[in-house]
Amino acid sequence: MTVEVTHSDEGLRLARLDLFFVELLRQIPVSADPGDSDAARERIYPVATTDPKANEDWRAYVHPELKEMFTSASQLVRDDLETFEELDDTNENWAFEIPAAHYDQWLNVLNQARLALAARFDFEEKEMSRSGPATIETVRDLSLFQVHFYGFLQECLLQYMNG
Amino acid sequence: MGNGETTVEKESSTETALDTPWNVVVHNDPVNLMTYVTMVFQRVFGYSKDRAKKHMMEVHQQGRSIVWTGVREPAESYVEQLQAYLLLATLEKAE
Repeated sequence: MTVEVTHSDEGLRLARLDLFFVELLRQIPVSADPGDSDAARERIYPVATTDPKANEDWRAYVHPELKEMFTSASQLVRDDLETFEELDDTNENWAFEIPAAHYDQWLNVLNQARLALAARFDFEEKEMSRSGPATIETVRDLSLFQVHFYGFLQECLLQYMNG
Repeated sequence: MGNGETTVEKESSTETALDTPWNVVVHNDPVNLMTYVTMVFQRVFGYSKDRAKKHMMEVHQQGRSIVWTGVREPAESYVEQLQAYLLLATLEKAE
């Protein structure tokens, strides 16, 4: 499995994507949604203090603002993900570009996805620090692979954002 | 755990004498990338890369770093900004 990554002023281009990686990319906004996982929701929307009253206010006033921002970023990523190019008919050569103007939103949604997956599957620090699962045999393996692949994309974006 | 002492960022303000100071604390998590955390500290607080890295390493090695201390209202705003970047940030009364 090979993914070709190149950068230009216009954005970060991913090429030689097979359908597996196309699907992983399409899953970014899906994975970013905490859904019915309390652990994921609590990580994406944490409280701010140990004071229950202050936390109630935080949930009432701050969390809706965070949710609006996260939802807006997620929608932009969904729209970008509508622009895959199929370069030939092998099903192993798709390309996709993350526009440079959208790097911040992509970083944010990739982070949402990684945090939600890590919380949902309760990944341990040692699993996060390794290079990823050796084989993918379970949903948990696949989710850990997603966390690592999305982290790789974040590193690529950060490398170009930080010059 | 690192052997360095925690660095406390203090803001000079006449208001701080009238109000309990609050610490903005960032906690470690195994998901956020070190380069990302450093960039967020630079953006939110305007810290130099070295200063931002120092706080990032405190978070990574000691589990937490006090990244700013001052009056409550801006402290809350900083926590909100850090949470918008999905860092695990909280507010604590300074001792």
